[in-house]
Amino acid sequence: MRIKVNRDKCTGCRLCLQICTIEHFREINPKKAALRVEAKFPDPGKYRPFVCTQCGKCEEVCPEGAISRVASGAYIVDKDKCTNCGECVPACPVGVVFRHPDHDFVIICDFCMLCTELCNTGALVKWERAASQEAKEA
Amino acid sequence: MANGLAGTTLRINLNTGDIRRLPTDEVLYRRWHGGRGITAKILYDEVPRDADPLGPKNIFIVNAGIMSGCYIPAGSKVEFGSVSPLTNGPGDSNMGGHLGPTLKFAGYDLIIFEGVSPKPVYLFIDNETIELRDASGYWGLKSLDCEKKLKDDLGEDFEIATIGPAGENGILFSCITHDFGRQAGRTGQGAVMGSKKLKAIAVRGNKSIQVKDLDSLEKQVTGIILRTQKHPNMVPWQKYGTAFFIQWSNANAVIPAYNFQTTFYEDIDKIDGDQLVEKCLITDKACFGCWMNCGKYTKAVIPGKPEVHLEGPEYETGSLCGSNLGMKDINHVAYINWLLDNLGLDSMSGGGVIAFAMECFQRGLIKEQDLEGHTLKWGSVDDVEHFLDMVAHRRGVGDWFAGGTKRAAAKIGRGSEKFAMQVKGQEMSGYDGRWAPGMLLSYMTADIGAHHNRSWTITVDMAEGRERVEGRAKIVVYLQHIRPLFDTWCICRLFWGELDITPEEIVESLNHITGWGISVDQALRTSEMIWNLNRCHYMERNRDNGRAFDYPPARAWEDKIPSGPGKGKGLSLAQIDQMLDEYYAARGWDKKGNPTRELLQDLGIDYAADNLEKLGFLGEPIPGGIPPVRGEKYKPKAF
Repeated sequence: MRIKVNRDKCTGCRLCLQICTIEHFREINPKKAALRVEAKFPDPGKYRPFVCTQCGKCEEVCPEGAISRVASGAYIVDKDKCTNCGECVPACPVGVVFRHPDHDFVIICDFCMLCTELCNTGALVKWERAASQEAKEA
Repeated sequence: MANGLAGTTLRINLNTGDIRRLPTDEVLYRRWHGGRGITAKILYDEVPRDADPLGPKNIFIVNAGIMSGCYIPAGSKVEFGSVSPLTNGPGDSNMGGHLGPTLKFAGYDLIIFEGVSPKPVYLFIDNETIELRDASGYWGLKSLDCEKKLKDDLGEDFEIATIGPAGENGILFSCITHDFGRQAGRTGQGAVMGSKKLKAIAVRGNKSIQVKDLDSLEKQVTGIILRTQKHPNMVPWQKYGTAFFIQWSNANAVIPAYNFQTTFYEDIDKIDGDQLVEKCLITDKACFGCWMNCGKYTKAVIPGKPEVHLEGPEYETGSLCGSNLGMKDINHVAYINWLLDNLGLDSMSGGGVIAFAMECFQRGLIKEQDLEGHTLKWGSVDDVEHFLDMVAHRRGVGDWFAGGTKRAAAKIGRGSEKFAMQVKGQEMSGYDGRWAPGMLLSYMTADIGAHHNRSWTITVDMAEGRERVEGRAKIVVYLQHIRPLFDTWCICRLFWGELDITPEEIVESLNHITGWGISVDQALRTSEMIWNLNRCHYMERNRDNGRAFDYPPARAWEDKIPSGPGKGKGLSLAQIDQMLDEYYAARGWDKKGNPTRELLQDLGIDYAADNLEKLGFLGEPIPGGIPPVRGEKYKPKAF
């Protein structure tokens, strides 16, 4: 399962960031979200959301083996193993591995899909792919 | 704090540069609910009655509010407050975007600026780091250019509020700009910032906001969002934003055209929502946490001029700078919107001021020699561009208009007061009240002058009879209590009006956030307290019976609507007086429009009665006492 991004539909409301941190931290704090929204104003005047593409680069570079893929396709951070070394942060090609001073582990999307449920413009859409395709990639 | 507050209040002395961090006063918030409420209370308590609004004794308040940033739909507002240079009364203005929530994410609920900085500064906040920084490199920049430069210099994730050259030059209807198109436009808050040499505020924060009962809040708000995604109003709202109402307003004879001379615009098809979306739209744009995305980020393309980007025009700017100026191309309306935004002028008062000047030109009260050889004709975008440059830099007769229409009319005289479309010094919103008596009464009695956010009654007027004035006052009183609550909580009002989210639901959210456990009626009572405190404050500053301030310009009763579906409609002065009499009675004020001691005591602000009494303006006791409940709840579509 993945998240499809229709970038032209994003309006920059950041509802996705709020529900993400409510779900995962029981706090309201967009800086703890596992996705980000880029705003380019005044020119050209566009928003662009970035979400995990499940490329696996974070798992590859993790020196502690703290990041691993699960059946849903998501890369899950083992908070006990993660040392917050930060190797995975620049390794992520879309910039969606995050650190926050409150926590000693990195934040990566677990594909709970709440952001896609609340997104009212279709910028973030739940993308169910054939099980065989998911299995092949996993 | 698990009550929606960030926890810290800042008091910043601009004379000395001293920055004090104080724990946010939870008792004050509980009583006044933040936003407009706390602003009213602090202004009442702290600004001397003889203080010049643009002098060192005025204060400037930035308030992020109790509900903003708290996963509440459209919980995005930040409220600015100071004694208004435009109305000389307590003033406030708010805007959406992302600044309010970000202030709370940085840890701050409230900022109170005192004094005047000896040199231009901007306030820099990056979580615990708070600095007044030299703004000499930004002073003089236009609003949108300044925001861009600050973002380039500090980082994209800083949220910025700036003023433009107009605010620096003390133009009384200057605004504060944020997010490349959100403005706190009304009451001249940008002029107050400029008078304090405060060019901008830049904030970044990474803290969490704690609420009382997140589980219940999440369940309730998620339910509201999912439910309203399918609301029939959602699609047009997302497509057009408020520009949808341009056609509606014209069809219903309330749109202002040619400086409120008439309420029908023959070229409406050239400036409506369809034109905006078809010719100008770049992207839809939302405030923090809002799923309605009413903001339209657009471009204006005019041959011979640079392509410019802006947000809008929304309904108010679209009408006041569109039909009200006789514009015949949506690109021209958008371009004027951009001019005003970038100069840092309120595009509502701005539209009113340009339209007033155009009517003066039409009637020969100002001439080409007054305008540096230019004309000021209906529908000319070039004339508007030149005129605004004169105003923003106070050149020649531009200086007359720098104080808004009321002050300009006082300079020009020769009957121009009749069509200076303002109340208490603030220009009217984009609705003509001659065939909508409740709307006219709303303008007349609003604490900040003729602004629609306190009460908007067009649909009430249509439902209850547009030629009837009886019974309208009680509904206006109710609306003046419920609508300002949104500004008090620092959330947007539109989702209530457009998506049928009830006041009960919103108060339930408030209780999940704060743990206050209050009812809608209790909230309305708080709003009434705020309303009356502002009334007393206005009277204490301006030293007259309240009624003296509550009349519209004479066009409201002398001129009938000359064209369109409202042709021949209008009100008499006797009807206007009748509405005022009913309104004062509904409020528990005396016939002179003065609040009574019995009422102020009932609301728990006895000190305001003492102060009015000393000045000789305390209301005479009402025979039989004040009404037990002020205002009448109105159920059908009445926003």
